[in-house]
Amino acid sequence: MPALPLDEAGKYVAAAYIVFLALVLAYVAIMAAKLQRIERELGELAELAEDRPRPSREELV
Amino acid sequence: MRFPSLRAQAAITVAVLAAGFALVFFYAPNDADQGFIQKIFYLHVPLAICALAGFVVAAIHAIRHLRSLDPVHDARAYVSIHLSVIFGVAVLLTGSIWARASWGKWWVWDEPTLVSFLIVFLLYATYYPLRYAIEDRDRQARYASVFAITAGAFVPLNFMAVRAAQSLVHPRVFATAEGGMPLRMWIAFAVCLAGMALLWTSLVRFELAAKSASASLSRLRRSLEGETYVTSGSRIAPGVPSRAPSPG
Repeated sequence: MPALPLDEAGKYVAAAYIVFLALVLAYVAIMAAKLQRIERELGELAELAEDRPRPSREELV
Repeated sequence: MRFPSLRAQAAITVAVLAAGFALVFFYAPNDADQGFIQKIFYLHVPLAICALAGFVVAAIHAIRHLRSLDPVHDARAYVSIHLSVIFGVAVLLTGSIWARASWGKWWVWDEPTLVSFLIVFLLYATYYPLRYAIEDRDRQARYASVFAITAGAFVPLNFMAVRAAQSLVHPRVFATAEGGMPLRMWIAFAVCLAGMALLWTSLVRFELAAKSASASLSRLRRSLEGETYVTSGSRIAPGVPSRAPSPG
């Protein structure tokens, strides 16, 4: 098959590179959402730890 | 061996990939036969090499898991397969676009390279249902490791079978009878391959760090709220240590 003219081939080349970029961005977005969830849960746990009654000096001894 | 921090590696990855793509479009010459459409080669082939190499890396981690029963190796095998399957999706999509432009068809069933890659991809797609069909975590990890080793051994066999197949349809750019690629194409290809390998390792480290953080969080929640609390932590490798594991 003869080589496609540049205006025809350019569309396919752009499509291939855009597909790759879109996949990487989608993956990073999903991972970012997971990290946000972890950060939120960590905040909840920090609050939980702060709200716990601290042991008295006698209990520590 | 000491790896650079994930942030530093991510920056290096972006720089190498950007340099590679710049070389593809501004340095490497157009292919005499295919013309501008051959630029997809610099994306498609490194993606395929990294995906297949990733499956072999997963098999190596699976062997280490079966030898030591250390859940860190299981997590590494799982993440390696996960990333390689994602790269496999990219290989199939970019390959189809290239096929449509070069051959006028999105897919050619009598081409061994395409069909064999699809078989490998579908084989690894069954990894997830196999893994999550088993409830017991230790058994799940062991069976998944056996799968990863068996399928990983199939990958080089598949590659050799394809090279042995005598087909003139799929372009053979390495060491062909016509003399192979010119040096400028090789340089662009090598930089793109290095960038893609860096991308694969960066994403593996990123996902392992996220899984490790999630597992640590689950343990912390259990210790704060009691063992009866059901958490939404990592579905694999409950014993992954809190340090961010590195591939290798």
